Amino acid sequence: MADFKLIGKNYTTPDILAKVTGRAKYAEDFRAEGMVFAKLLLSPMPHARVRRMDTSAALAMPGVEGILTADDLEPAEAPQEAGLTNEPLYEGEPILAVAAVDEETAAEAIEAIDIDFEPLPFVLDPLESLRPGGPNARLDGNTMVGRDLSTIKWDNVDWSEIDRGILPTNGEMTDEWQVGDVEAGFAASDLVLDETVFSASLSHQPLETRTAMAYWQNGKCYMHASTQSTARTEAGMARWIGVDPTDLVLLTEYCGGGFGSKIAASIQSRIPALLSRKIGKPVMMRVTRQEENFFGRARPGIQCRAKFGFRSDGRILAMDLALVQDGGPYGRSGDYMSCADQASLMYMPEHARVRGITVYTNTPPRGAQRAPGGVQAVAMYAPIVDKAARQLGVDRLDIIELNAPEGQALFGRPRQGQQSNVSGAFPKEAIQKARTEFDWAGMMARSGQRNGTKVTGIGAAISSYSAGTSGVDGLLVIRPDGMVEIHTGVGNLGTESFSDTSRAAMEALDTPWEQAEVVWGDTSKHLPWSAIQGGSQTTHGHTRSNWAAGLEAKKRLQEIAADRFGGSPDSFEVSDGRVYRRGNRGQGMTFAQASERAIEMGGVYDGSVLPEDLNEMTTRSATGLQGQGLVVAAKDNFETGGRNISFCIGFAEVEVDIETGAVELKDYKVASDAGTILHPQNFGGQVHGGGIQGFGVALGQKWVMDPQWGLHVAKRFYSNRPPTILDSPHDSEMGWLNADEPDPFSPIGAKGIGEAPVGAGTGAVLNAISDALGGDVDFNRSPIMRDMILTKLNPELTEAHNKLTTHV
Amino acid sequence: MAVIRDKMPAFQLFQPASTEEALGVLDQYGAEAWVLAGGLDTWDWLKDRVKKPAAVVDLGGVESLREIRSTGDGLEIGAMATLREVIRHPEVASQYSMLADSASQAASPQIQNQGTIGGNVVQDTRCWYYRDGWSCYRAGGNICYADTPTAMNREHAILGASRCVAVNPSDTAPVLVALDAEMVVRNSGGERVIPAQDFFIGPAVDIMRMTALQPGDILTSIRIPSTFAGASFYFEKARDRAVWDFPLANVASAARVSNGTIEDIRIVANGVAPYPVRFIAAENAVRGQQVSEATASRAGEIAINGVRPLAHNGYKVTLLRNLVVRSVRGVEA
Repeated sequence: MADFKLIGKNYTTPDILAKVTGRAKYAEDFRAEGMVFAKLLLSPMPHARVRRMDTSAALAMPGVEGILTADDLEPAEAPQEAGLTNEPLYEGEPILAVAAVDEETAAEAIEAIDIDFEPLPFVLDPLESLRPGGPNARLDGNTMVGRDLSTIKWDNVDWSEIDRGILPTNGEMTDEWQVGDVEAGFAASDLVLDETVFSASLSHQPLETRTAMAYWQNGKCYMHASTQSTARTEAGMARWIGVDPTDLVLLTEYCGGGFGSKIAASIQSRIPALLSRKIGKPVMMRVTRQEENFFGRARPGIQCRAKFGFRSDGRILAMDLALVQDGGPYGRSGDYMSCADQASLMYMPEHARVRGITVYTNTPPRGAQRAPGGVQAVAMYAPIVDKAARQLGVDRLDIIELNAPEGQALFGRPRQGQQSNVSGAFPKEAIQKARTEFDWAGMMARSGQRNGTKVTGIGAAISSYSAGTSGVDGLLVIRPDGMVEIHTGVGNLGTESFSDTSRAAMEALDTPWEQAEVVWGDTSKHLPWSAIQGGSQTTHGHTRSNWAAGLEAKKRLQEIAADRFGGSPDSFEVSDGRVYRRGNRGQGMTFAQASERAIEMGGVYDGSVLPEDLNEMTTRSATGLQGQGLVVAAKDNFETGGRNISFCIGFAEVEVDIETGAVELKDYKVASDAGTILHPQNFGGQVHGGGIQGFGVALGQKWVMDPQWGLHVAKRFYSNRPPTILDSPHDSEMGWLNADEPDPFSPIGAKGIGEAPVGAGTGAVLNAISDALGGDVDFNRSPIMRDMILTKLNPELTEAHNKLTTHV
Repeated sequence: MAVIRDKMPAFQLFQPASTEEALGVLDQYGAEAWVLAGGLDTWDWLKDRVKKPAAVVDLGGVESLREIRSTGDGLEIGAMATLREVIRHPEVASQYSMLADSASQAASPQIQNQGTIGGNVVQDTRCWYYRDGWSCYRAGGNICYADTPTAMNREHAILGASRCVAVNPSDTAPVLVALDAEMVVRNSGGERVIPAQDFFIGPAVDIMRMTALQPGDILTSIRIPSTFAGASFYFEKARDRAVWDFPLANVASAARVSNGTIEDIRIVANGVAPYPVRFIAAENAVRGQQVSEATASRAGEIAINGVRPLAHNGYKVTLLRNLVVRSVRGVEA
C-alpha cells in the first residue's frame, strides 16, 4: 500500500455533527414563505382507468389551493411513467395532488373528490402474463422486444410444470447471449445441478421517504429534494419540470438513504414543483411511509431455471440460465441481465448461455437496488454451488475460491463478440486471508453442532459488483484565506463518499485536511460534473477526479511560485499549505498568498481559461467561480484497464431451532477485495450495513399481495420486515478484512464498497441455514422464513406455495 | 369518494387528569369516543383514517393509572404503566418474571418505553385486511377476506375462528391468563372485575371486539394473584424478526412443580386464535405427572386437537405443538 497521509485514515466528516445532533435539515425540514402542503390521491386498484372525476367540491373547500392532475403533465413516452396518471398500473400509483394550507385540509379535500375507476385486467406474476390467455399488465404489451413494447405468450411450454414449481427452458425470451458451448460443458461435467430458483421482490425502504419541497422565484425553480446524487439529478429533474438546468436550483445537502431508489431523484418530486408553478406558492409534499412503499421503488424478483455443470474438483464448467424478471409496470429494469453477468463473474464458467425476459406486472415500479441483479444472483446460485460442494465432497470455501476470478478476468455478456474484463480481481487473496484470520476450519468444526434443539450452521458466499467509474471532473478553489474549497456534485446519501473522495485532492497537495472545505449539496454553489451516487461509482471515480484536480492545483502553485521567485516550476514543492523552493523552505508562499497571486495572473489561474475536455456543467461552475482564487478544474484522464469490481465473501454462523424454525445469526464476517480503503470506519459501516441488508433478503423482507384483488396486504413498515439491528449478531463484533490490493489502474487504487456486501450477507446466511438443516435441503428461494423451515423439517406439512410463487 | 390513508384526521383531544373525568368524556361521546393509552395501536388506526373517532381521551395524564403496587395477595398493575415500567418492577421480576419476559419481547425496546400494559392487552388484531379497511365481518361487513381460497393468511388463526380468522397479537395477554389475573374495568356505572380468561373474547361472542370492553369502559388495572408467585414459568415467542414483530405464536405456562412432579399448571398460547387460548385438556393431562419428554409431548399433541389450519398457516400447527411441548418441558423441576 502506498504511504498516504489522509487516505486510509479515520477522520470526522463535515456533515456528521449536524446529523448526530439533529441539526441537519432534510427536505421535509425546510419552510418557505407562504408554503402550502400537497397530498396525493392514490389508485386503489392494481390496474384501472379513471372513468369520471369531479373535483369541484374539493376545490370549493376553504384552504384548498389547487389540484394537479395527469392532464397538467407532459405525457411520458411508454414504458416510462409521468408521476401522475389517469390509467394507474399499480395500487398506490398517484392520480392527482391537492395543495392546501395544511395536510389535514388536503386530505379532507381528497376525500371530497368524486372519482370512479374502471377496473382493468391485472397481473401480479410474470409467468401468469406469459400464460396463453393470461392478462397483460399494460394495455400496450407485457414486455419489451428491443425498443418496442410487445406481447409474448408461452404457447409451447408445459404449464403443468410451472404449476409444480418448475420453470421450463423453452419459453420465448427477449435477450440471449452465450460463450463457449454449454452442451459440451455439461457433457464434460461430473455433476450437473438443474434447479428452479426464485428471488423475491422487495422494497428499498430508506428511512427518509422521497419528500420534496419546491418554489419558484423569477422563473427559477428551487427544490429541496431527497436524492442520492446532486449533479446527476439536475438534468433529469429539469427535464421533468420543463426548465433549462440553469433554471433549477437543487438543494440536496442531506439524504436519508436511497439504496439505489433515488439515484437521480424521483419522478414524483416533480409534483410539488409543478403544483407550485400552477398555484404560485411554495409546495411541500411529504411522502408517507405507505406511499414510499408504493412508489419508492423495489428490487425486481427473478424466477430462474439454473443449470450448472461441475468438474469433480468443483470447478464450474458450464452455466445455463433462463431468467424471468418481474418488471413492474414501467421502465426497463435490467436486473436479470446483470444477474447473469455477475454469475459469470463470480463463477467463471468457461461455457455459458443466458436467456432472459422481463415481464411487466401491476406491482410497484422497480428500480436499481444496491447491487441490482447481483444480489439476486447470489441469492439464487450460491446455494447451488454450496450444494455441489457437498455432493462432490469438496470444501465449501474451496469451491468458492476455485471458481473465483483473478487478474483481468473476462466475464459477462459479450459486446461485439468480446467479453468485458475486470480491471483487477483479487477475491482469491481475500479468501486466503479469511481462511486463517476468520478460522474457517474452526467454523466448519462447529457446523452441525447440537445445543439442545438448536443446530449450528455455517455458510460462506461470494458476491461481486461494480465499483467505480472514470472520466468525471474535479473542481477546487484555493481561496485568498488559504482554504482549499473542494466542490463536489456527489450526493450525500450517507455513504460519506462526497467527503471521503475529496481527501484525494488534499493528499495530492500534501496539505492537512483541516485546510479543506467541502462544498456539496447545492447546485447554486458551482458543482462539477460528477458520477451518479449509486452503483458504487464515486469512490473510484472521484478519488481519480480529485487526485487530478489536486495534481493540477499543485502544478499551478508551482508555476505561480516560479513566476514570483524565478526558476523552473519543478524546483518548487507543495506541502502543508505552502509552495516553496525545494531545499529552501523559507523561499515560498502560503496558499493564501498564491491564491491572491492567481487572481492577479488570471488566465488558467483564476478560472478564466479552462481545460477544453471538461463537462459542460463543470465549465459552467468553474466559470462561476472565476476570480475567486486559484480555480482548478480537471477531468480524470488517468489510465483505465477494465471494469472496476469489488468482491465480498460473507461468512455466517447461525443457530436454527428445529422445533420452532427460529434462525439466530450468531456471527458474521466479511472478507473483501475492494482496493485501497479510503476511510476504514466508514468502510466497515458499508460492509456490515450492506450485510445486514442482505440478512433481510435472506430472512424476511418481502411483499405479500392478495392475488384475487391484486392488492398489497403487508404494506406497513413492520409488515414489510426490513432487518433491524437486533437481527444482527450481537454476542460479538462483526469483523471484516480486506485483500488490500489497490486497483491497478488508479492512482489511489480505491474501489467502491456499496454494492457487493449485500449479496455476501444474503448468500452466507442462506447457505448457513441449509447447513444447519444438514445441507440436504432445496429451499431454492429467498427469503427463507420460519414456515418454510418448519415445513422442510416436518414431513406432515405441505408447502403452501411452490418455488415460483410470487408475493406470498 | 376517494380514499386517502396515512394522514391523521382532526379530532377532539381530551386530556383528563382523573379516571372520573375520563369516564365523563366517554359517556358524553359514547361510541364516538376512543381511549388512548400509549398510542401504538391507536395511531395506526387513526392515521389510516379507517377509524375516525370524534373524541380521543388520552389517559396519559391520569397518574393513578400508572401505579404498580403490592396488594398483599399479589400485585396490582395500573393499565397505564408502560411495558418498561412493568419490566423493571422488582416484584414483577422476582415473582412474575414471565410477565417481564413477555413485555420485553413485545414490539421493540423503543415501543416498550411508550406502550402500556393496558394497551398491550386490549390492542386490536393485526389482520392486514381488517386493518387496511377492507369491509370484513369484523369491520361490520359480511365476508372474511383472509379466509378465501386465495387469501394471504400465513399469520392467521388455526383455532377459535368463527367467520373471522384474525388472531390476538398480544404477548402479555397469554401470560396474564396463565397467571389467572383479573382485569379491573370501570365505567360511569361503577367497577367490575373480569377474570383475564373471560376478558378476551372470540368472534363467536362478538365479532367486532377482541375484549369484554364496551364503549364507556376503561381498563384501569390488572390484578395478579399470588397463586403462581415465584412459580415455574415458561414464555416463548415465535416471530419472523428478532424485534418489532408480532407473534406467529407465543406460549406461556405457569406451574407448581415439586420433586419433578407437576402439581399445577396453566398453559396459554396467543397468535393462534382470536383470543389467548388456554389448553385445559393438556393441563389436565400433565397435572400430577413427572416433567418428562413424554409428558411434554402429550401436552403438545393434545393442544393441537381440533386445529383448522388455513391455506398458508399449516406450519402454525407444528409450531404450536412444539411451543406447548417446550412450555411443559421448560418448567423448572
